[in-house]
Amino acid sequence: MSRPPPEPVQVVKQRRDAALSTLVAAVPYIGFLGVGFDRRGDELTAILPFSDRLIGNPALPALHGGATAAFLEITAIVELAWAQLWEEMEAGRLDPGTLSGRIPLLPKTIDLTVDYLRAGLPRDAYARAHITRSGRRYASVRVEAWQDNRARPFAQASGHFLMPGEEG
Amino acid sequence: MRAGMEEQRQRIARQFVEAVPHAMALGMRLEAVGEGWAELSMPYDARFVGEPATGVIHGGAVFALMDTCSGAAVLNLTGAKVVSTATLDLRIDYMRPATPGQRIRARAECHHLTRTVAFIRATATDDDAARPVATATGAFTVERAK
Repeated sequence: MSRPPPEPVQVVKQRRDAALSTLVAAVPYIGFLGVGFDRRGDELTAILPFSDRLIGNPALPALHGGATAAFLEITAIVELAWAQLWEEMEAGRLDPGTLSGRIPLLPKTIDLTVDYLRAGLPRDAYARAHITRSGRRYASVRVEAWQDNRARPFAQASGHFLMPGEEG
Repeated sequence: MRAGMEEQRQRIARQFVEAVPHAMALGMRLEAVGEGWAELSMPYDARFVGEPATGVIHGGAVFALMDTCSGAAVLNLTGAKVVSTATLDLRIDYMRPATPGQRIRARAECHHLTRTVAFIRATATDDDAARPVATATGAFTVERAK
């Protein structure tokens, strides 16, 4: 008759944060660039802390287009992988405690188009991805990155991704 | 005289790559350069891996190599006196995973130039040069010497 009490908020948060940090820590290139993720519920914001190693044009100075592109691609891939993890986790089919550094195969980038809207400043950058379409095989993702001002993005990208388990 | 000019071109292009901190962080190296084209390579490095299960390099590192290579190609439009360039857009198609352990080599060519824009095509390969790892097309800004 009586309903089981809801899970304590700390337990829920800890489980979700553990799943996210396991996913992020598993990919060496995310660590190499220093990209981190901020989570609010299921919403992710990627953060690229500024570092001299990210500079492409020392005269300006400005972020390297390749660093910006990698940041956008990482944001898109983590968003897709996270959406899958989240579903599994919320359905109770996945316990991050048992992941122990092993994560499911990641989506593979098929193509990525990056538009450079203005020079990336020597400051921290942020990005959010939006899954436009998520199919069994293919997914389409849009990503936008900004720095000081959310309304003035400095780069945007759109790409197609092959979902894991559908090789070839 | 001719050989001297080519040597100077090589030296300037090498200095350009070495002055880009992100290119140095990724271990990029200038391989060859000519009028409106450039070839750069990047070593395999465990820190650049994007798929831990297979050890395949992250697409973002390949993108950075192709972007740098494209910029070097644009700056080598010496006939047009290009002094500075920036990427307007770059689209990359990933045809297959690069084989872990192998160096990745990119070649970019400017196939059309207007007063203000350079259009670029680029290809990246590993040891199996017959099967590209990725191809890219892009548009770059052109700042000319006044």
